Amino acid sequence: MATKKFMYLNRRSSFGTVYAIESLEVVLIAAAFEQDVSLAFMDDGVYQIVEGQETDGIGMKNFSKTFHALGDYDINKLYVSKESLEERGLSESDLMPLVYEDEDDDWEEKPSVKVVTNDELKAIMSEQDVCLSF
Amino acid sequence: MLHTVNKSSFERNSLQSCLNTIDDTSVILFIEDGVINAANNANSSMIADLAASGRVFALQGDVEARGISPKLADNIKLVDYAGFVDLVVEHGTAVSWV
Amino acid sequence: MKFAIQVNEGPYQHQASDTAFQFAKAAIENGHEIFRVFFYHDGVNNASRFTLPPQDDRHVVNNWASLDIKNAEGEPELVVCVAAALRRGMLDESEASKNSIEGNNLHPAFRISGLGQLIEAGIQCDRLVVFGD
Repeated sequence: MATKKFMYLNRRSSFGTVYAIESLEVVLIAAAFEQDVSLAFMDDGVYQIVEGQETDGIGMKNFSKTFHALGDYDINKLYVSKESLEERGLSESDLMPLVYEDEDDDWEEKPSVKVVTNDELKAIMSEQDVCLSF
Repeated sequence: MLHTVNKSSFERNSLQSCLNTIDDTSVILFIEDGVINAANNANSSMIADLAASGRVFALQGDVEARGISPKLADNIKLVDYAGFVDLVVEHGTAVSWV
Repeated sequence: MKFAIQVNEGPYQHQASDTAFQFAKAAIENGHEIFRVFFYHDGVNNASRFTLPPQDDRHVVNNWASLDIKNAEGEPELVVCVAAALRRGMLDESEASKNSIEGNNLHPAFRISGLGQLIEAGIQCDRLVVFGD
């Protein structure tokens, strides 16, 4: 099967609508298809991977923990808009420390999250074959 | 790439986010409430340069349905649904700013 | 060209399904192939055979059914995501009986399947277009 570049564009926060969790469900399934997978977090989507999400008070499933599993599925390109973080008073240190083990580098643990400028994101988006928006 | 925007810039930031990441060869198509961005209004400057370079389209049915036809901003190109299909064919990957 | 379409919203609440339908219809009329339409999120509600709009309104579910999008085996390629469908009470006969529920509401022009069908459509098609809100 041919390999294509898939981008998952996440622009909404975790719990106000269903898009975030159902996007993550697609990404987990996509892992089985051995395609080139990137996730982009822009606008309020950056809140999906903020550290310290607690859902006991709203009676909803805290799926934010699931992001930690992505590295095990070889999904390790999580691009976060620097401008979107800054607009919201956030920085990289507010995000979950998501990592993967690099099989090409003696299984060294490396960060999956990469904070990029909108200009860098523009270049990454231009390379994609398929863009799924949530 | 073809970027579709279906929200008014008065309601959400979809258009701004699209503009922040659109490359030099891509085009924008306004559909649904996104055609409000094709009207001559206080936010028209957001797209004026792109439109002047012929890279901004709006779905005619949505423009007409919202009574925007007489107030269309300069250089907006109107397409019907077949034209929408052609844009997807011509411009490669489609990105929806929902 | 071979197209895949993803529909993220249900009928009537948002225009997304109407626009996606008009797009699919225009694509077919202009000689393109709609390989698959994948209904996700509230988009699964486009498949309810119990949909009864007033007579002077368009029938979104029947509109989709009228496109008669099928594969070579004659199966519908209007595909409803199983996880999203079960969450929202959209069931075919098989899912209903598996879960001991009487009755089912899936229109026969649609079928229920997994999310893998969305990814596969993205791989197989020249273009995938998302309609949502």
